[in-house]
Amino acid sequence: MAAISTAIAMDVHVSSSTRFARCLLIVAAISVLVGLLVLPLLAIFAEAFRQGLAFYLNAIRQPDTIAAIRLTLTVAAIAVPLNLVFGLAAAWAMTHFQFPGKALLGALIDLPFSVSPVVAGMMLILVYGKYGWLGAWLELHGVQVIFALPGLVLATVFVTLPFVARELIPLMQAQGSEQEEAALTLGANGWQIFFRVTLPRVRWALLYGVLLCNARAMGEFGAVYVVSGHLRGITNTLPLQVDQLYEENFSAAFAVASLLALLTVLTLAIKRLLEWRHGDHLNARH
Amino acid sequence: MTRHVLPGFRLAVSYTLTVLGSCVLLPLAALVWTACELGPSAWWAQIGTRRVLAALRLSFGAALLAAIIDMLLGLLVAWVLVRYRFAFRRVCDALVDLPFALPTAVAGLALTALYASNGWIGSRLLPLGIEVAYTRLGVLLAMVFVGFPFVVRTLQPVLESLESDLEEAAYTLGASPLQRFLKVILPLLLPTLLTGFALALARAIGEYGSVIFISGNRLFQTEIAPYLIVQKIESQYDYRGAAALSAVMLMASLLLLIAVGVLQRWARRWAVIR
Repeated sequence: MAAISTAIAMDVHVSSSTRFARCLLIVAAISVLVGLLVLPLLAIFAEAFRQGLAFYLNAIRQPDTIAAIRLTLTVAAIAVPLNLVFGLAAAWAMTHFQFPGKALLGALIDLPFSVSPVVAGMMLILVYGKYGWLGAWLELHGVQVIFALPGLVLATVFVTLPFVARELIPLMQAQGSEQEEAALTLGANGWQIFFRVTLPRVRWALLYGVLLCNARAMGEFGAVYVVSGHLRGITNTLPLQVDQLYEENFSAAFAVASLLALLTVLTLAIKRLLEWRHGDHLNARH
Repeated sequence: MTRHVLPGFRLAVSYTLTVLGSCVLLPLAALVWTACELGPSAWWAQIGTRRVLAALRLSFGAALLAAIIDMLLGLLVAWVLVRYRFAFRRVCDALVDLPFALPTAVAGLALTALYASNGWIGSRLLPLGIEVAYTRLGVLLAMVFVGFPFVVRTLQPVLESLESDLEEAAYTLGASPLQRFLKVILPLLLPTLLTGFALALARAIGEYGSVIFISGNRLFQTEIAPYLIVQKIESQYDYRGAAALSAVMLMASLLLLIAVGVLQRWARRWAVIR
């Protein structure tokens, strides 16, 4: 708001040279956005449809690609709810209670954003791989984690861990505990407080976090790459399928990639819609 | 032990710690343990090879340069989005998030197609003697791409909350627009700008998907450190080497995480002045 009033206040005295500088800055910024962001997005669709619609449809209907889509949806269907509950639980603990190690817990929740996805995958192998800490025990019980679905889920949960918690914690912090405490004095039990007081107040922020979490879960490459083993039709998620196709069939790789790009555009559109319609329910940052 | 008023503390903390433990803490401990077990001389034997050193130099060097470029581009875009009103401003604002939401492998493919010698941009740069795809310049470009939104999104809320009185005071004292920007606004933005820089840097150092396609992964030339980790795991089954290199990357991430924390505290102190 302050910025706008400044702009208006000083607009009165804007000289032609300032107006020229302003136009120059706007043009420069738009060029950066178009050159750096829009052109790559357009390039994906252009390459995907280069050999025509029939080729495109054929490429995305290959059995391996269908299997990859199914696996990506499966991984997201497990990892996203896990993270949704994680975000709610972490936010409940972080915002309604004081306990030793709280700051450390907050830092740990943020950690996955700054760790390289490849390093994350490596760390999972060191624990769950054949020669890892739990490798022998898992093998004894006939559970395969690395190069199988559980590994993909673990890697996905790792890289998406902060998304929901990060949206909820600042919001619930700002809202305080008064309403929950009032419900408690009126005789509500824990679950009633959670479902009838807390959840309705954070539902849009929760949806926002889940949306971003889902986009990352479906698009994750590095961490999943390390733990997947790339068994075609078995442990290839959609991004891994894109990578493998790229070696063999350039246009087919772009056709499959365009599905992920479409998901991105859709995600960004819903994100904007949420910010526009429910911005005041999200958080001061948006 | 303090008494908690609201219920659900135990349930919330135990679920949080279970997920955090199995996905983050245990793997983190395993990496630290494996790296410590190596000892300094074995660790150096893994890290000190020409190939690994070249990859580390490229990863950190290109990431540093990319974060600096992001800082400049991000400042420009954040400034224009917050201060000026123009057609398609909202669309431009929404576009900034693209690198956050676009799967990294897709971004890598797109940049490669665009900057390859037969691509839209690559074919135009070739006559000028500039090659981007499969060179270090390509690595830099991919890193600029992934780090870009961090600077813009960190700066925007701060720019919006910037009080106008300081600027107006400078204006009445006869400061030119450039002077107002350099001497009043920029110093106020500095901690935030550096926070965005550190976030972009952390992302660029660890980036894998968007870089490996456009880099071409040429020995000693365009191999990045995360690529070497993957190579060691996949084709050499060299878990010790991969762990040694991962430990270096993890250390860099942790240092940057601490730096971001310090910078954010600094920025909050400045917020009082704003």
